[in-house]
Amino acid sequence: MDSEKEQYQQLTRQLMPKRPIARNLMLAFLVGGLICVVGQVVQWFFMQQGMSSKAASSPTSVVMIGIGALLTGLGWYDRVVKWGGMGGSLPITGFANAMVAPAMEFKTEGLIMGIGARLFTIAGPVLVYGMAAAFVVSAIRYLLTGVA
Amino acid sequence: MTFVWAFIIGGLLCALAQLVMDLAQLTPGQVLVLFVVLGALAGGVGVYGKLVQFAGAGASVPLPGFGYTMVEGIGQAVQQKGALGLFTGGLTAAAGGIKAAVLFGLTAALIFRPKA
Amino acid sequence: MAVKQLGAATYQVSDVYVQGTGAVVGPKEGAGPLGQHFDRVWPDEGLTYSSYEKAEQAILWEAYDEALKKAQVSWEDIDVVLGGDLLDQIITTNFSGRQHSRPLAGLFSACATFTESLAMGAMLLAGGGPRIVMTSAASHHLTAERQFRFPVELGYQRTPTAAWTATAAGAVVLGINPTPIQIEALTFGRVVDIGGTDPNDMGSAMAPAAYDTIAQFLKDTGHTVQDFDAIYTGDLGHFGITMLRHYAEQHGLAFGDELNDCGRSLYDAATQDTHNGGSGPGCSASVFAGPLARHLMSGEMRRLLLVATGALFSPTTYQQGETIPCIAHAVALASRGEG
Repeated sequence: MDSEKEQYQQLTRQLMPKRPIARNLMLAFLVGGLICVVGQVVQWFFMQQGMSSKAASSPTSVVMIGIGALLTGLGWYDRVVKWGGMGGSLPITGFANAMVAPAMEFKTEGLIMGIGARLFTIAGPVLVYGMAAAFVVSAIRYLLTGVA
Repeated sequence: MTFVWAFIIGGLLCALAQLVMDLAQLTPGQVLVLFVVLGALAGGVGVYGKLVQFAGAGASVPLPGFGYTMVEGIGQAVQQKGALGLFTGGLTAAAGGIKAAVLFGLTAALIFRPKA
Repeated sequence: MAVKQLGAATYQVSDVYVQGTGAVVGPKEGAGPLGQHFDRVWPDEGLTYSSYEKAEQAILWEAYDEALKKAQVSWEDIDVVLGGDLLDQIITTNFSGRQHSRPLAGLFSACATFTESLAMGAMLLAGGGPRIVMTSAASHHLTAERQFRFPVELGYQRTPTAAWTATAAGAVVLGINPTPIQIEALTFGRVVDIGGTDPNDMGSAMAPAAYDTIAQFLKDTGHTVQDFDAIYTGDLGHFGITMLRHYAEQHGLAFGDELNDCGRSLYDAATQDTHNGGSGPGCSASVFAGPLARHLMSGEMRRLLLVATGALFSPTTYQQGETIPCIAHAVALASRGEG
């Protein structure tokens, strides 16, 4: 029986329609690249106000997250990701999408467990492991070199 | 010139994430977590900082930039406060983004309704 | 009125007839190739309801309404309601019981719930119990997707084998008064787990369950697939049907053109971006209660084997890495109409 299962899973993999990987890669590149150019334009704007490029990156994130949240609310951002895949998800606008989308969906379950908790359905793990990784990486560097 | 590099590096990072997702058949959430961790690692060994220098938003807007920002912030905080900086530096540096995400997220979720 | 067991899992029923059917669907389903055959098409997914859960209940209620109207009976005539849906604790079906206040037996076989309801209803009627039974199944895209997959506004790319949960409800009034559509026999399926783990590929996981039930039905009744104008599975979709053909062939059963699938027919894959096709309990329910019942009524279709298929997993089990157990129940119907 287990060999029958194995055979069937093999047949499934063999016959399964293939993901259009070449097309996905190209679209992810284009969409992701374009979003980053928009980010660069925003950053350039802040730099025109006299900020250094490093200082400008924080307000740039704020603006990009705002754009991502707004487009998600309007119901457009899922289309960006449908075409662009990770090109839409990986930029910080996609992070905003990952916060707003579940919160919107579960809004009917109230302000606390609906919106409040669900904002972090996907963003939560990203924050948790991002913070943990940054801590571990820096702690190792601190122990080895004395500076983090 | 930064604009061109922002496009190329940003696009390449996204394409790489797409490749990982399609080949390893991961969910988008798993890929995001993986790339934040990779950003922190690349920041720790000094690679990501160089990427940010010449690609600007092309490296700071994608999610690995978030991991890198926290590592950078910890570095600065440790210089000022010593080991306590390991705890305070990451979130201080990322505060703008996180606060914006929570506020804008909350506002958008209150105003809008999902559509099919 | 009589029930006769044939073989291991099949029951022949006599004097059970479809009295009336109601099929109500959402806008996307209405825009699909079968759109004109549904009784009502909603202009949007939510209308003015404050939650999509309420909208799902309303769509089921409208299907009940249409079925009662066509059967020319009222709620007071219904002896028992049998039905189910996908939401936790089958809330759509159970909550609508607040409105109709008739005896209610909630059922769950995931997307195979509709044929489970029809089969149970036919058994009860043929056994001489109730005289009029309401059977139903419903689903809603926006309530099911967020329970089983992702929130809809979360951007993500559907894989080619991902199904699209239909916003649809189908209701069928069964009774003993002779009408052009008769239920002849039914087979209760067994749980079959072929080891699939991907919730974005339920078609291939369910195909062996569909085969198991169809093969059992054929063995118990002595029929061949050629005896049917059409064999409709529930929501195997494009890829699931491909897998069913291969799997059946390996086991010595060759399907011809009669094999089709409700989920595959519900949408136009080329223009509606639904990938593998429709799914959800409402998918097979509405496709039967709408187009298939009309074809049987007119006599255009003489014999139909309807085999709704269900994947019996929950979000908890797939996150824990469990494989997906599947089931299929079959109902054989015949047209006594002109044609």
